Amino acid sequence: MAQDDHSGTELAAADSSHAETVPAVKTGTALIQSDAFENPGFPPHRPRVTDEDPKKEKRAQRTVYTLFYLSILGSIWAIAAYMLFPMEGNDVGDVRLNNLFIGLGAALALLGIGFGAVHWAKAVMTDVEIADERHKVGGNVVAREGAVKVFQDADRESGFTRRAAIRNSLIGALLVFPLPAVVLFRGLAPQDENPVELLSHTMWKAGTRLTLDPSGVPIKAADVTIGSAFHVIPEGLSELHHGKLEEKAKAAVLLMRLNPDELNELPDRASWSYDGIVAYSKICTHVGCPVALYEQHTHHLLCPCHQSQFDVANHCEVIFGPAARPLPQLPIMVDDEGYLVAQSDFTEPVGPSFWERH
Amino acid sequence: MSTATTQTPQRRTFTAAASNYIDERTSVSTFVKELGRKAFPDHWSFLLGEVALFSFLVILITGTFLTFFFQASMAEVEYEGSYVPLKGVEMSVAMASTLDISFDIRGGLFVRQMHHWAALMFVAAIGLHMLRIFFTGAFRKPRELNWVIGFVMFILAMGEGFTGYSLPDDLLSGNGLRIIDGMIKGIPLIGTWTSFLLFGGEFPGTEIVGRLYTLHILLLPVILLALIALHLMFVVVHKHTQYAAPGRTQQNAVGPPILPVYAAKAGGFFFLVFGVLALIASLFTINPIWNYGPYDPSPVSAGTQPDWYIGFADGALRLIPPGWEFVLFDRTWSFNILVPLVGLGLFIATVLIYPFIEAWVTGDKREHHIVDRPRNAPTRTAIGAAGVTFYAVLWAAASSDIIATHFKLTMEGVIHSLQALLFIGPIVAYFVAKRVCIALQKKDREIVLHGYESGRIVKLPGGEFIEVHQPLDEYDRWKLVSYESYQPLMIRPNARGKITVGQRLRAGMSRWFFEDRIAPVTKGELEAAHHEHH
Repeated sequence: MAQDDHSGTELAAADSSHAETVPAVKTGTALIQSDAFENPGFPPHRPRVTDEDPKKEKRAQRTVYTLFYLSILGSIWAIAAYMLFPMEGNDVGDVRLNNLFIGLGAALALLGIGFGAVHWAKAVMTDVEIADERHKVGGNVVAREGAVKVFQDADRESGFTRRAAIRNSLIGALLVFPLPAVVLFRGLAPQDENPVELLSHTMWKAGTRLTLDPSGVPIKAADVTIGSAFHVIPEGLSELHHGKLEEKAKAAVLLMRLNPDELNELPDRASWSYDGIVAYSKICTHVGCPVALYEQHTHHLLCPCHQSQFDVANHCEVIFGPAARPLPQLPIMVDDEGYLVAQSDFTEPVGPSFWERH
Repeated sequence: MSTATTQTPQRRTFTAAASNYIDERTSVSTFVKELGRKAFPDHWSFLLGEVALFSFLVILITGTFLTFFFQASMAEVEYEGSYVPLKGVEMSVAMASTLDISFDIRGGLFVRQMHHWAALMFVAAIGLHMLRIFFTGAFRKPRELNWVIGFVMFILAMGEGFTGYSLPDDLLSGNGLRIIDGMIKGIPLIGTWTSFLLFGGEFPGTEIVGRLYTLHILLLPVILLALIALHLMFVVVHKHTQYAAPGRTQQNAVGPPILPVYAAKAGGFFFLVFGVLALIASLFTINPIWNYGPYDPSPVSAGTQPDWYIGFADGALRLIPPGWEFVLFDRTWSFNILVPLVGLGLFIATVLIYPFIEAWVTGDKREHHIVDRPRNAPTRTAIGAAGVTFYAVLWAAASSDIIATHFKLTMEGVIHSLQALLFIGPIVAYFVAKRVCIALQKKDREIVLHGYESGRIVKLPGGEFIEVHQPLDEYDRWKLVSYESYQPLMIRPNARGKITVGQRLRAGMSRWFFEDRIAPVTKGELEAAHHEHH
């Protein structure tokens, strides 16, 4: 064991009693037993079958080079597959074949090398274990004292400790100099906008028609049957050239019609619905996912992200999940032509809570 | 190469000439001589870190390919590629170029899928590697700082994962960003403005993909690479740990030499990791963004799942009961966001400082190069089991809806059970793991003292049946007895005759750690056991 013909640095097995001869380091509460077993040293080396049986060794060698040849085959196959499986025909099936066969070729190329090299190391290469002596990581006291002295000399020569005024002013300057760089990052967002202001308003105004998402077709009150639900965006949103997604992220609304008897409205919001038709913000008050799942017979809305549930029959109050606030209600009415329109913007900010919200 | 090592020293071989040329210009020979024949301890569990390293290399290789085709722009275009169902749909350039990589560039989907699978594997391998380090106590002196570096890399890997996941600007990743935006907004004082600056205005804005791209391909990889270099440099400085075995001591490192055996194994293993990832990428779809469509703040599909490593954070959000938000001093305090953020922060901070806590409790200042079997450090193993359970419950919570629909349970029932499990689970896991460890230690003692059960039944002349126990040889015995246990710390007054609060805390922790302990069998005990038999 522990023999190696190429280097002279190996050592014989040390035994554990070696450790206790240098008790310079604190052992803490470790219990070191006086009659503990001693390390028996390395067990006798056990040869592998490939060491003893030349036939097996030949076979192992054959396996290794076969694997390397297979790898070459895999690479060639991957290149061939690149040409044999084109995907310019707008057919998803072609993409699947291209992916599969290039991938299998590449996998074979890589695994061939991998298995070959590992098998070479395990079955064919000389099976030696060597033992390196460990040195204490911070063992060199002289070097450490030297390093301390370097710092002390540097301190004495520069007067870093002694000349406190110089040192402190330098520290001050070093602390302040990155600040302009920090300030530059204010430019990450537009200078003339205030997030609190923006978050407090949406596209909805008095008279804005409720239209279908995404077609933009206005909705007639008469078309909303009891039990139905519509995904709604404000009229004009689809035509926006700039900031469409930003507006949609605030203005998306769910429109539902309930049997008016089942609808339990707050007294001050009695005029916000029309004949059992109610409109609520679709943006979850938790972290802003769209509350897109409506269970018709219970009138519950479910947010698929974190399972907050809102009861539409009870002004969308939270009945389960991590959300804290009801979904904001959009006051609606019907215009002269029978289309549903907003009475005003939402009366509170929609979406996730933020610090300055209140 | 084989010709280079032939025993003809007088002939100038090619290797010698080449070495000479390089060495006269780089002085690299000292380095080769120093490292080339180092012993590298070998064990399957040491491969976990290598899986992490090699999947990172695969990520770098595949990621570089992807940068040649991906365009990190959120400008709106009409999709005109060859995936028919999305033709004419408005989407960002980022999404369109990702679709082009998948459908219009031969082998592009393969590389993209390999990149994603490798990223999933990368974080998983780091996690398992950390568990191996934790449960074997490989974080002890002198390796505490390397634990910290590894921990930072784990966090960065998750950051890499999330930033990469968000780049295609598809519906699923867009909702992920929406959640991040909502969480940031919930942070007191700075939340609103932080979100505003991060997204370059209102959510979603047109900046975020470009910014995440810079983080994803420049800043985070550079920091990761630097830390990997540092991490491996420390491995060289400390030399690798090894498990207890005959001949191995705290003063040596035993294993095959780096050249050639370890190099061949590790080099081959790189190709194995690469190859397995290629195989997975060729057979299994990952992140089919064409099914999700481009990001739109309005639609969302049920059963959405983040990539696995973000699950624990998402689960933490889901487990908060309703109504944890208050208005105080005319400001909104979102405890439904703050509690998960702070809770997870404390959890990972505990993981980060654990090596220092344990070192303080034991007071042991020696270097430890022989790693523990988990059973021989029962309290540490139990703490680890509790931590794993805590993480696992949070992780399961990220799939609460899928669990509910799949097993036909109510959503509320699943959430309430997981809420209870989050607190009960770790406690149960702690006690179970500790008892299992102690039982295993007792079994080890039993085996050392009385030998293995041989399965051979012998009838004695008196008619009694006994099973013959086979004694251990000294090599097998060494593996079972070569560990140390610690005693609980006794409180003693310090030099000024006082018992400080710190002392009391330390003694309490020490009692907690080491009160129930099983000491290894000693020579005397074995002797006594032998006498009993005769």
